[in-house]
Amino acid sequence: MGRAMHKAFPASLAAAAVVVAAVSSRAQQPPPMLETLRVQNNVYAIFGAGGNVTVQVGTDGVLVVDTGLASSAGALLAEIRKLSTGPIRFIVNTHAHPDHVGGNAAFSGLPPDPRGVTPDRAANAAAAIADPLQPLNIIAHENVLNRMVKALPPLQPGQTGGSERLRGMPIDEYFAPTKDMHFNGEAIVLYHEPRAHTDGDTVVLFRGSDVVSAGDIFTPDAYPFIDLAAGGSVAGEIAALNHILQLAVPGHTEEGGTYIVAGHGRLCDEADVVEFRDMIVIVRDRVQDMINRKATLDQIKGARLTRDYDPEYVTPTSFVKADQFVEAIYNDLRRAGLSGPPTR
Amino acid sequence: MFQFRPLRLFSAAVLAAVSASPAFAQADFSGHWAPLFHEDHPERLPGPELGDYLGIPLSEAGRLRADSYDADRISVVPEYECRPHAGDYMMRGLSNMRVDAIRDPVTSRLTAFHLRMGFQEMERTIYLDGRPRPSANAPHTWSGFSVGTWQDNVLNAYTTHLKENYIRRNGIPASDKRTFTEHWVRHGNYLTIETVITDPAILTEPLVRSQTWVLDPTQQMGRDICETVPEVPKAADYVPHHLPGTNPFLREVADWYGLPAEATRGGADTMYPEYRKKMGKPANPPPAICVRYCNCGLNGGGCNVQ
Repeated sequence: MGRAMHKAFPASLAAAAVVVAAVSSRAQQPPPMLETLRVQNNVYAIFGAGGNVTVQVGTDGVLVVDTGLASSAGALLAEIRKLSTGPIRFIVNTHAHPDHVGGNAAFSGLPPDPRGVTPDRAANAAAAIADPLQPLNIIAHENVLNRMVKALPPLQPGQTGGSERLRGMPIDEYFAPTKDMHFNGEAIVLYHEPRAHTDGDTVVLFRGSDVVSAGDIFTPDAYPFIDLAAGGSVAGEIAALNHILQLAVPGHTEEGGTYIVAGHGRLCDEADVVEFRDMIVIVRDRVQDMINRKATLDQIKGARLTRDYDPEYVTPTSFVKADQFVEAIYNDLRRAGLSGPPTR
Repeated sequence: MFQFRPLRLFSAAVLAAVSASPAFAQADFSGHWAPLFHEDHPERLPGPELGDYLGIPLSEAGRLRADSYDADRISVVPEYECRPHAGDYMMRGLSNMRVDAIRDPVTSRLTAFHLRMGFQEMERTIYLDGRPRPSANAPHTWSGFSVGTWQDNVLNAYTTHLKENYIRRNGIPASDKRTFTEHWVRHGNYLTIETVITDPAILTEPLVRSQTWVLDPTQQMGRDICETVPEVPKAADYVPHHLPGTNPFLREVADWYGLPAEATRGGADTMYPEYRKKMGKPANPPPAICVRYCNCGLNGGGCNVQ
């Protein structure tokens, strides 16, 4: 989800596919202001590149969860290089939206020897294209790959496919409920959260560092973007948040302990996820109650069922406004009887 | 060549002495403090009645959040069971307090006051060393991030980065967007802390409350460990709450105390004395004798609630 990007999902993916052009065109623009916070141990969170980015560094190299907007790729790489000059070995995409996969193409164009990498080079499309090999693995649930491939522009006459066309695609996809990794001395578990924010959401648990990277399932100061067109559902969103709560163990006085990197917004812990989960459950119940009383969507919107939460979750720049949130819940609940609840 | 100049040396000594000590008499808040409950006793000890929003400058959003509150949540949702008071409410709840003065080991300059509360072992630091605030991306905590400054011998503290909590323990929420300012004033063995909460999501005006403490050097503060235990089986996607317009408990406070129902709904007007002239008549007359919370001890013991 990108709160500054009001685009339909397939159109956004198409935009992500022409990332090289975007990287070139923003060469004249000032770089975004990024901020890095150490979360715990060797896991860091980088804010301001679009979606939040989680970075794990160590002797094995660098693992990055999400790569922000394409236009932020150079600045993001520079920020990562402040943490480690080691090779970027893995990217994990939590889902397919362009503010989380936008930097994939630029990152996959990096030469394997990090000593030759500079932010300018990462931002330079020509340098990216010069290396046809993808020196890192880009991991995501298979639904992410499917949606990104489907969003590619059709081949033009005389144009061939091949590695260049798939640059930045998460071709190291997984289809099982979980995927285990071990990197930089700690276990990393990827969990597929079915039909939550989208149908391809991955929650990443850094088990040794006790950090969860949640992607856009969790946005502490914005209503969730339940992307029904991309397979999301309110039941899956709640189930995914409950799963994050299962993974999280608070420290003394019910704070700290497991830290959660949200898809957007500040660094959080379990208590923040609880508030967010409860808000969604309560609004869902209110919408369901009005559906049960045969209210129309317009009547439900007119009832302003989220007016108590709007001051906390809506700002003038919010991607998801109150009506959009309610409409997504309404449409999902209306169809839920046909599709049933999501299963893990 | 070095020349001994008595006058310059004397000036330097005076300057050093002045700069090493406060420019004015800063109060020392360190010690054990016991809360006094002569202010707002029913709200702070047994707890506020459901639906009592009197004196709270609630916004429309805050009122609906409070109306939706179902007290079952604190037992049905395990994550709420051991949730402590946040930095603003902990100064008001039923908790003894120890204040430690933190000093620079080299200069002995006061750098912070560290607070430890009896309830849930909450800790809080008010920094006095001028450190910058964390960024907007930093985690919020129950205690928040407090920075203090002196105004004569009054300590003014400003706190940000708070987690969502409550303004009253009857469901009136406190959002994570709020901040609060405190004014710590010591009068001999008494300490008064005035708290001014600003919450753009829940309140339409700042909420001003005060609490008084007495110095209690013999106070013992033991452990207060809370263990989360699932108490009630529930569906994973169940959160207790009342749908809008369905909370059956909201009129109780008006009926029990003989108050106009409209007044109990709160709002900025209800904070001010002039409101009594326009608040209207209650549906029921006030009871002839006290019937609720008439003789309460600590933790509500002895309350003859009917």
